[in-house]
Amino acid sequence: MTPPTLASALTGAPSFATGEAQCLHCRRPTAPADRFCCAGCDAAYQVISGLGLSTYYARRDAAEPAARPEPDATRYALFAREDGSGWALDAMVDGIDCAACAWLIEEALKRSRGVEAARVSLTMRRLMLRWSGAREDAERLGRIVTGLGFRLAPYDPAKVGSAADHEDRRLLLAMGVAGFAMANVMLLSVAIWSGGADMGEATRDLLHWASALIALPAIAYAIRPFYASAWAALRAGRSNMDVPISIGVTLAAAMSLYEITRSGEHAYFDSAVALLFFLLIGRFLDRRARGRARNAIENLVSGLGASATVIEPSGRQASVPLEALREGMIVLVAPGDKIGVDGVVLEGRSDIDAALLSGESLPRAVGPGAEVHAGTINLLAPLRIRAKAVGEGTVLAEIRRLVAIAEAGRTRLVVLADRVARAYAPVVHVLAAATFVGWLAFADVAWQTALLHAVAVLIITCPCALGLAVPVVQVVASGRLLREGLLFKSATALERLAQVDTVVLDKTGTLTRGRPTLRPDPTRDAVALHLAAAIAASSRHPLARAIVDAAPDVPAASGVVEHPGFGLAQGEIRLGSRTFCGLPPGEDAESEAWLTRPGLEPVRFVFGDRLRKDAAEAIAAFNRLGLAVEILSGDRRAVVADIAAEVGIERYQAEADPRAKTARLAALAAEGRKVLMIGDGLNDAPALASAHISIAPGNGADVATLSADAVLARDALKPAAEAIRIARFADRLVRQNLALAVLYNALAVPLAVLGLVTPIIAAAAMSSSSILVIANALRLNFAGGTRP
Amino acid sequence: MSSLMLLIPLALLLGAIGLIAFVWALRSGQFDDLDGAAHRILFDDPADTSKSKEDHHA
Repeated sequence: MTPPTLASALTGAPSFATGEAQCLHCRRPTAPADRFCCAGCDAAYQVISGLGLSTYYARRDAAEPAARPEPDATRYALFAREDGSGWALDAMVDGIDCAACAWLIEEALKRSRGVEAARVSLTMRRLMLRWSGAREDAERLGRIVTGLGFRLAPYDPAKVGSAADHEDRRLLLAMGVAGFAMANVMLLSVAIWSGGADMGEATRDLLHWASALIALPAIAYAIRPFYASAWAALRAGRSNMDVPISIGVTLAAAMSLYEITRSGEHAYFDSAVALLFFLLIGRFLDRRARGRARNAIENLVSGLGASATVIEPSGRQASVPLEALREGMIVLVAPGDKIGVDGVVLEGRSDIDAALLSGESLPRAVGPGAEVHAGTINLLAPLRIRAKAVGEGTVLAEIRRLVAIAEAGRTRLVVLADRVARAYAPVVHVLAAATFVGWLAFADVAWQTALLHAVAVLIITCPCALGLAVPVVQVVASGRLLREGLLFKSATALERLAQVDTVVLDKTGTLTRGRPTLRPDPTRDAVALHLAAAIAASSRHPLARAIVDAAPDVPAASGVVEHPGFGLAQGEIRLGSRTFCGLPPGEDAESEAWLTRPGLEPVRFVFGDRLRKDAAEAIAAFNRLGLAVEILSGDRRAVVADIAAEVGIERYQAEADPRAKTARLAALAAEGRKVLMIGDGLNDAPALASAHISIAPGNGADVATLSADAVLARDALKPAAEAIRIARFADRLVRQNLALAVLYNALAVPLAVLGLVTPIIAAAAMSSSSILVIANALRLNFAGGTRP
Repeated sequence: MSSLMLLIPLALLLGAIGLIAFVWALRSGQFDDLDGAAHRILFDDPADTSKSKEDHHA
């Protein structure tokens, strides 16, 4: 497929063969005659080619379609802050999935008036923007980015993640210092080792002193993260792996310094800095993998509407941040906006999408007097709402609290590596102490020599390989999982995922796509569908969108009037609910719409939810992995049974409310099952938090993605099965790595206890075991798609 | 032996320059976006983009 060239875009020459028409911007299928799927894509394409940035289309990865521009009501100027002579705005960017996107945003902004700097961080998915001129320019600049199809969520950099960024830098700096020291000390050590007996004592001392000069300040600086962690553990009355590391490195440095003051032969400066360097690598990798997941989640949940329009008593409208809302205020919510408060509708009729709260995929009609809740979306017409509860008082906040309680109650799992470390640390202390005492008691040596041997034991047992064994596997695994489309946000999630033996799935939005689809009906004539699609084209109502999806190449009809909560009318022709179309009331078991035309029979459109494309495939993959699969849904029994039969699941439970879902998970846990819960809705959130491990689809409710351990980045279910396979393999690798580390200790410790370990042996053993562990972890990258 | 008196400080100096360069790079934010940095080098071609801009106006 050749990307459209600038010339073809300008002349309007179609660059695709007819028959497989694609939108020029987002590359989703479109009607054969059309170049774009929607007006938003058309506008985005014009902007991009107008700026001379068409190479974007050639550069972006074809795997994911470009994002479609959506209407944008954010008031960016509220978030702009003064920065020197100009203004600055920080925002999280949603929709970036390759480097070309970052490039496009930067270039488009830089060509805009007044912009001084625009920088997108691909790692953090964040935009840093600086401009000179007026504060209100923020609106114009923000719309440039959203007009390209990305979504922006402004944030206050002082509040979000700055502490974590600072910590990242400090760790990286410590690693750099340790690496520098290791390289230089090793250089000198190699000279000492190869000099051997030929080297004069004075030369050796000189080289030792030079090593000390580099190593001591470097150690003093780079050991701080370990001291902090060891101190915290000791104060809590525990011991962790950082305790022997801190003691070992400190003693090694002190002993070596003492040795060289009396022209001793052995100095362990090289081992001490190498140890710190390797361990800092492990720690940095660990932090980076976690930070990646943390960013992804921060970006996902930042989508809640950040400002609201308030109507003041004087009648004036004002934009205020959500935090400034108070009870009793009157809020104006435009169509397409998220409602920020719990309240009562004063004026206006509209439909609201309450999927976030109820998991119900169909919108609800509201009018004056109706109650609405924060987090729901106003679909059709402006609403005036009197706020009854704001911020922490809303139903949404209440459910978030429920989730927090469930999360706190989750059995505190001790990670395998920590368990090993907990058992291992005392052994190290005892061994080193025994060596010291043993040498003093049974050999006729000075206490310094005995201490030197004890230090050698500490250095040898200091678990370089142990410190790297787990983080390296985790980094490789999370990188692999990210490519498969799964984001992890919990450090222990990988290990828990490997233990899973049961999968519990929600239905709506998880097994199914969670939005209505028009059911095919052979008795319905094509002309009626055509007409309905033409009328529906002007509405954003989900049922209207479903009709349009069924007949996408129909041009929109003109003169259509929308009656919020009821339907659409074009003159005498009506498309909407049964009552709106003037039909006698009937059973409303299924979601439906009617089309009435003067003189013709009314036509019924029935909607249902459709299975995800890969649902059956994913269930089969779960079965192949030997997992028990069941459905836990809040929907009606008949619907759930149908779906279960269709994807091949035998066990299901229907009509389960959040409490029943949590109870079922508790029952499974009582049976000793390790349950993976996959669910998307807010009603699943408590269940997600109480499962052994949980995954939420990325398009799920904010609260679901918050309470789940991992998030599916793509609109597919199968990566979850793939993730279990990878997690199991990673778990095997972690165990192998730990076994390797222990085996290496079993071989080297006796030598150290007997006083046979010289600095060169310590350095060689340490490096080789670390490299072995890293190489073993990298096997995960090459593990093919067929192994169980 | 006397050559070492020169060579060791020299080695240290070179190492220190490397360390200072690293600290400078870290302070100036060059390690903040490791994923972006890997790809960005492929994209910066202002000459090309300004040319296509002219094409557009032509």
